[in-house]
Amino acid sequence: MSTTDAPAARPTVDDGFGQVTGRGDSVFRGLATASGYIIMLALAGVAIFLVLEGWPAIQATGEQAYGKDNIVLFVWPLVFGTLLAAVLSLLMAVPLAIGGALVISHYAPRPLAKTLGYLVDLLAAVPSVVYGLWGIGFLAPAILPSYQWLQDKLGWLPFFEGPALSGRTILTASIVLAIMVLPIVTAICREVFAQTPTMHQEAALALGATRWEMIRMTVFPYSRSGVVSAVMLGLGRALGETMAVAMVLSATGIVTFNLISTQNPSTIAANIALNFGNASGLKINVLIFSGLVLFVATFAVNFLGRWIARRGQVKG
Amino acid sequence: MKSTSIRRALVPGLAVAALVLTGCGAGNEGGTDSGSGDSALSGTLAGGGASSQEAAQGAWIAGFQTANPDVTVTYDPIGSGGGRESFISGDFPFAGSDAYLTDDEGELSNAKDRCGGDVIEIPNYVSPIAVIFNVDGVDSLNLSPATLAGIFAGKITTWDDAAIAEDNPDASLPSARINAVHRSDESGTTENFTDYLDAVAADVWDAGVIELWPTEYGGEGAKGTSGVVAAVTNGTNSIGYADASQAGSLGVAAIGVGEDFVEPTAEAAGKILSVSPAAEVATDSQIVFDLDHTTTEAGTYPIVLTSYLMMCPTYDDQETADLVKGYASYILSDDGQQQGADEAGSAPLPSDLQEQAQGLVDAISAG
Repeated sequence: MSTTDAPAARPTVDDGFGQVTGRGDSVFRGLATASGYIIMLALAGVAIFLVLEGWPAIQATGEQAYGKDNIVLFVWPLVFGTLLAAVLSLLMAVPLAIGGALVISHYAPRPLAKTLGYLVDLLAAVPSVVYGLWGIGFLAPAILPSYQWLQDKLGWLPFFEGPALSGRTILTASIVLAIMVLPIVTAICREVFAQTPTMHQEAALALGATRWEMIRMTVFPYSRSGVVSAVMLGLGRALGETMAVAMVLSATGIVTFNLISTQNPSTIAANIALNFGNASGLKINVLIFSGLVLFVATFAVNFLGRWIARRGQVKG
Repeated sequence: MKSTSIRRALVPGLAVAALVLTGCGAGNEGGTDSGSGDSALSGTLAGGGASSQEAAQGAWIAGFQTANPDVTVTYDPIGSGGGRESFISGDFPFAGSDAYLTDDEGELSNAKDRCGGDVIEIPNYVSPIAVIFNVDGVDSLNLSPATLAGIFAGKITTWDDAAIAEDNPDASLPSARINAVHRSDESGTTENFTDYLDAVAADVWDAGVIELWPTEYGGEGAKGTSGVVAAVTNGTNSIGYADASQAGSLGVAAIGVGEDFVEPTAEAAGKILSVSPAAEVATDSQIVFDLDHTTTEAGTYPIVLTSYLMMCPTYDDQETADLVKGYASYILSDDGQQQGADEAGSAPLPSDLQEQAQGLVDAISAG
């Protein structure tokens, strides 16, 4: 009774679509739309800035392009290094993150899962400069003997050619990046795994599935798009991470798949951090142009990742 | 942005200073009209320029402000080029620059116009760049210029190379690979270091004078002086170059000069100014040098970074003149030189240069 009377008693406005709604609805709708536009505006603002400021760099050569003949030769090794570091770090972080998230959501007893989840979240709160200090002061010297071992035993592989003289290699930088990416991917995976309907899971178990089969049949398919989103967010962080890479990586700007030598490709973000302080004139435009390339590359990789995920879903 | 906010602060600051001064004047029956002595300076002095001087300027500012509590001095490390630009435009009453003023781009003439006559330039900051190393079983290391260049150019790759053994007959050198560490960011330290290599061993070091390490020369890259020191400390059989004051407990190589090998002490670094020829543009008021890296003078350390302080002999207003004069006098005083050496590893000026510079600073006036 009262529920049917109430709407008529409230003041109403027409929202332009012929629907009668409350004033609260239109205010909220306005706020939400404005938020959406503001996000778009911010993104467009960044894009416009990068294009305008980066454009003059097209004609940079020689000294202004940091000793390279043209801007493409300058940016290409950086793009390579950025993608290499990001892919390596995701190769390490994603299996760990999915495993860790499953432990928290499905395997560990509740108190342990809570503590574990809390600890992983704590990793996200550590500033990247601290990861950089840790990488340069602890991880790099500690991992050097393993690199020397890799060089001795697996030196015939191009990845481990060495010479392993220092721990500050792209592999170390990727390990640091993986640890930085881990909390965000784990946290999102944990949430989406926990969203799997209990009915699905119980049905699978009732049909005689083991715990692992149940997870494979119900949790993974259900949370597929969520996991892809998590990986994409992690990838964004790995692509854009600046300070930790600038500190940990011994960047010399060459293009190589050799992962344990002191000669490493630099990444776009780290290169900007290293050289912006001393840059002037056209060099600033050159660095901003490399930022534009990173911006575009991040978008491209994101779209590619989502496209692959969608395609796989239709087939499966 | 920064200079406008400083200017904004300056106006009320001056107003307060004026009030205080008139208050004093009333009490003293107008006894302070001809400017104040060193102990009674007050006001704000905002300069800036070369970032290499930042640590030393910080130490000098702290010392000067302790002696003159009513004075505020700031040094904005915007870089040498920016420092010269702001000095010429009149925004900075004094500036620091790693390069002296020349007329290649008209900067010297413009600076003279701004000062209405001569410009004062003194080499206030001279800092040795040390070659630091961390090699198993090696405590002291001698390196001749060509050997040093060979190591950093990637042409000498093991520690027991004949060239290194020849410089160090008594050392037990390991047969390990050399890990040469360089700056991965653009840096004035790299520029001065390669300036030295280019001067003494151009046939081995053929990349010229550069701020950014050339890719093809290899080696490990590290960010900033602290990064290089950390990389040498944590790496095995490593060698690098860094500001001598930051070498810490690492081994420091003695560099071949003539027949001797010289360690980077402040005294040995300061000596290079005595043996270097004055630059072409040098005058009585512009004490500038073209560093003679190839010197064979005993006891001179040849790899140094020099930075200059530029001022005008006359300023429009009395207060600025007094402040610049007071601050520069403090930098040149024995106290100031000692403070620069302790806090920032700056080599004290040879005493003849110190006197000459002090004479120039004493003559700074308003008018």
